[in-house]
Parts: sequence; C-alpha cells; structure tokens
Amino acid sequence: MDNSTTYQIEIPASTSNLADVRKFVGVHATGFGFKENEVEEIKLAVDEALTNVIKHAYKFDDSKTIYISVGLQGREFWVAIQDTGAPFEPQNYTEPNIPERVKKGLKGGVGVYLIKRLVDKVEYNKKSQHNEIKLIKKL
Amino acid sequence: MSGFEIKLRNDSDVHVLEIKGELDAHTAPTLEDEITALIDQGNHQIVVNFAGLNYISSAGLGVFMAYIEVVRDLGGDIKFSNMQPNIYNVCDLLGFPTLYDIVDEELEAIQKFNNQ
Repeated sequence: MDNSTTYQIEIPASTSNLADVRKFVGVHATGFGFKENEVEEIKLAVDEALTNVIKHAYKFDDSKTIYISVGLQGREFWVAIQDTGAPFEPQNYTEPNIPERVKKGLKGGVGVYLIKRLVDKVEYNKKSQHNEIKLIKKL
Repeated sequence: MSGFEIKLRNDSDVHVLEIKGELDAHTAPTLEDEITALIDQGNHQIVVNFAGLNYISSAGLGVFMAYIEVVRDLGGDIKFSNMQPNIYNVCDLLGFPTLYDIVDEELEAIQKFNNQ
C-alpha cells in the first residue's frame, strides 16, 4: 500500500457486514505496519462508526449503502465512512457519563466516546449528499 | 458474518455464560436474549466467562450496561472472568473495572457468590 492508493468497498447497511469490514480494515492497517493492538483499535473504531451509521443515519434500513475507503497520507492511515442518511451533528455531542448510564440501565451510547480514544483524529465532513466520518491514526 | 457462541452452565446457584467469538452489534442480541432469560427465570448470580471471546464492541458491552442494575437490585450480580487483554482494554476505556466485578478466573467469581 503506497501513498497514492486508496481501497474502497461498499456494503448494505446491515450489522451482518460488520465483521467483513473489520477484516478489510484490519488487513490494510496491518499492511501499513501497525502493531496488533493498534490494528484492533482501528477495527473497533471503524465498527463503532459503522454501527452508528446503520443505527442512527439509516435506522437499520439495509436497502441503504455505506461506502468505506482506506488510504495513507504520509505516516497517517485514514478510514473514511460515507453515508447518505441523517447527518450526525458533532456540535451537539456531549460526552456520556458512563457510571450514570450504567446506573440508569441505558444500553450503549458510548460509541463516539470510544472512537475518540481509539484513533488520533476524527473529522466530520459533509460532501453534497454524503456525510463522511474520517478516522485517522498515526503510525 | 460474525461468529459468536454462547453456552450456559450451572454451578449450584451460579450460572456461567461462556461466550466465544466476536461480540458486536450483530451478535449482541443473542447475549441479551440469554441474559434476559436468566433474569426472567429468577437467576441473578451470573458469571460471564470471556475466555473464548476475541472481540467486543460497545454494542456487546451495552448489554451489560442495560442489565447490571436490574440484577443487583434483585440481590445478584454479573461478574466477569477470563478476559483476554484486548477485551479488558476496551472495558478499561469505558471505566468498567470500577463499575463491574472483573476477576482473573471463573472459579474466583463463583466463590465470591458462594461466600456471600
């Protein structure tokens, strides 16, 4: 994988495809030279972002499509996830109080919290009809 | 497709869930069904043995977030054992070690229930 190459896949918005995307991202992250634990971090961050798209942007409508691409920029590995559903508004995001969520029996709601701790940078972009979340990890 | 398996064993009043494979948003409902069935049957002393689990996302951890207080209110607990380091690291990022009883070995968790 050199700096000019990007790899892309597209999947129906179904959780049944999460494992395949983790594998796809894992192969490229490993190829770029990340250590095993870092590859696991990237795979988890991508899984959380995809799950949010399936759940929130597309509301489990598996007729919709998610576009995933990976590439390099210098010593940085990036994964971009695009959808055409309801956009995530990062300015409205507040960090969850996890002990309080546990106390109230609230399931999850911690995906973005995890993503921010697993990669070095998270960018949200709007490109015409597409929403994009870009996860960046430095080697 | 993610591979995920769950097996239930009894050790006196303690129920052990052995989970294997990958726990994500696709497979978490299987775990949730098993835990809600245990609770509905009045079984509140639960140990989850993570030995065979090699992947977890927040969807999997969310199942434990949803039911721990229910079980504790009924006088029981959900204790975790035999976690691989990568699984423990994810739990640690969410602060689970201060919220849940996480032990090295399944037997230790069972003994904690039996000594109550």
